[in-house]
Amino acid sequence: MKQLAKRLLRLAFVLIAVTALTFITLDLLPGDIAEYMTGDESSLEDIEAIREDLGLNKNILVRYGEWLKNAARGDLGKSLRTEQPVAEAILSRLPVTLELIAISLFISLALAVPAGILSAYREGTWIDKTLNCIAFSGSSIPVFIMGILFIYLFALKLSWLPATGYIPLSDGFFANIKTFILPGLSLGLVEWVPLMRVLRTDMIATLKEDYILAARAKGHSAFYILFAHALRPSSFTLITILGLQIGHLISRALIVEMIFALPGIGRLLVNAIYGRDFIIVQGCVIVIAISYVFVNFIVDILYALLDPRIRQENAHA
Amino acid sequence: MPEKLPLSFPLSLAWLILVISCALFADFLPLPEYDHMDWQNISSPPGSVGEITIYDSSGQEVKKSCRYLLGTDTMGRDIFTRLVFGSRVSLAIGLIAPAIGLLIGGFAGMIAGFFRGKLGGSIMTAMDIILAFPGLVFLLAVTFNFGRSLTSLAVAMGMLTIPAFCRVARANTLKLASRGFVTSARMTGQNEMKILIKEILPNILAPMLSYALFIIAGVIIVEGALSFLSLSVLPPTPSWGGIIVEGKEALEIAPHISLIPACVMFLTVLSFNLIGDALMNRIDEQRRQL
Repeated sequence: MKQLAKRLLRLAFVLIAVTALTFITLDLLPGDIAEYMTGDESSLEDIEAIREDLGLNKNILVRYGEWLKNAARGDLGKSLRTEQPVAEAILSRLPVTLELIAISLFISLALAVPAGILSAYREGTWIDKTLNCIAFSGSSIPVFIMGILFIYLFALKLSWLPATGYIPLSDGFFANIKTFILPGLSLGLVEWVPLMRVLRTDMIATLKEDYILAARAKGHSAFYILFAHALRPSSFTLITILGLQIGHLISRALIVEMIFALPGIGRLLVNAIYGRDFIIVQGCVIVIAISYVFVNFIVDILYALLDPRIRQENAHA
Repeated sequence: MPEKLPLSFPLSLAWLILVISCALFADFLPLPEYDHMDWQNISSPPGSVGEITIYDSSGQEVKKSCRYLLGTDTMGRDIFTRLVFGSRVSLAIGLIAPAIGLLIGGFAGMIAGFFRGKLGGSIMTAMDIILAFPGLVFLLAVTFNFGRSLTSLAVAMGMLTIPAFCRVARANTLKLASRGFVTSARMTGQNEMKILIKEILPNILAPMLSYALFIIAGVIIVEGALSFLSLSVLPPTPSWGGIIVEGKEALEIAPHISLIPACVMFLTVLSFNLIGDALMNRIDEQRRQL
């Protein structure tokens, strides 16, 4: 329990530090938000009025304090351009990003777990070598290149799937899923590699344990032994890496959202950056930071649940 | 006996030497200029022949025919030339950024692994903060303030690689800190800092350097992605990601514009990864024999 409280405290500290850093960074950017808002032909008085209105004349610490107070109540401010509340803008795009992340995770796990088990079980054979070779090449393809390849192959050459665009879930499940297949694949086919590699390494170690020999002696099938006995104790590193990946997936999904024109958080962030809509940027940063910190917290707890030995120690590696 | 290095090792090395020498000697290669546009040959396929205008020593216009080895892009610029000059951006950032991360992150990680407790804890918390902070926003802030130059991009990306190096350096130091030779150095009454530099540093250097090769590969990918979002070096300076995104518009009629640079980038990233992997395996093996 004490451990838990300590971690929660650390979590809160990291979040406050990240938002404060973002606030300062954005404040340091050259160019005045008020000038962007009023346009070229505005008088100094107009600019000054907007500055006053936005509270830009106050000390940065005071402004951060106010932002934090409002953020804690769920009010992230309003977009400087469209006046849409930031929380609303983010919430309306979150489902798209989450669906993309879920699909790509599903794809990468569906590839990594069987491939990792198979190559560990057949260690050193041509199957193992081929799988490793594919994995290595896969991990060297940048996500945006993967995206372009898929657009070229499946959308332009074969015309099986749409190249870009988004169809909401309300227009039918299949129509919706169709727009996510290529983005999900581009992300999943890159993300599965580290998962497979750590699972393979841990699995090879597990398969040398005595209880696996015992299970084999009892006459269980290889399939049963691998999935029922060996998978769980071999999956600790897998879960850690998975956590790190999920924590960073919002940022990684960003480029996929840009290529395939999916209206998710990443696209919101990039467009806000292009349009210098810093209140939206700030909102997106906090969502990304929270998800990163939160996922890592969950991974720490999962870790303890899976392996009783770690419950006591402070496992931070 | 150390195992023989796989065949992929010399192949990757050869490819990297080729790319690096192209980047170094780009100015001396008989190539058209990277921003020379040939409006007669837009998006022409690899191997097509075009005509470029150059000025001879007396200032006279001379028409010279030239062969576009890898074709031209949507503005009629020679793709091979742009690839060669673009490799400078990828390689410069890919080499400078990890060097910065290795120095700062490696040092911080060594300290965090050696002096655990409060100091180590606060270093790791600082790394968590960097990791939770979206890198894109940071890169943007730096480039807005200091311009989209090679140096500012390389330094900014270097800062972002610090946590990765820090974690690996810490893990390696932790493994070594309890070993016999460290304890015996301590028993001779040596100062802790001296032990860190004389005993630990030489032993983690090799794994850190081979880890750096993976980070180089990663940084090249990130630079490509940034160019793709048009947030990297300013046009018309060519960069691999930039050429790929320009070609995306013509993917249907002239796929070679995007796919050739994509291929070059893939091979380069793969080579760095393969060499890193081979060295890492070699080090692991030597460790096991100790």
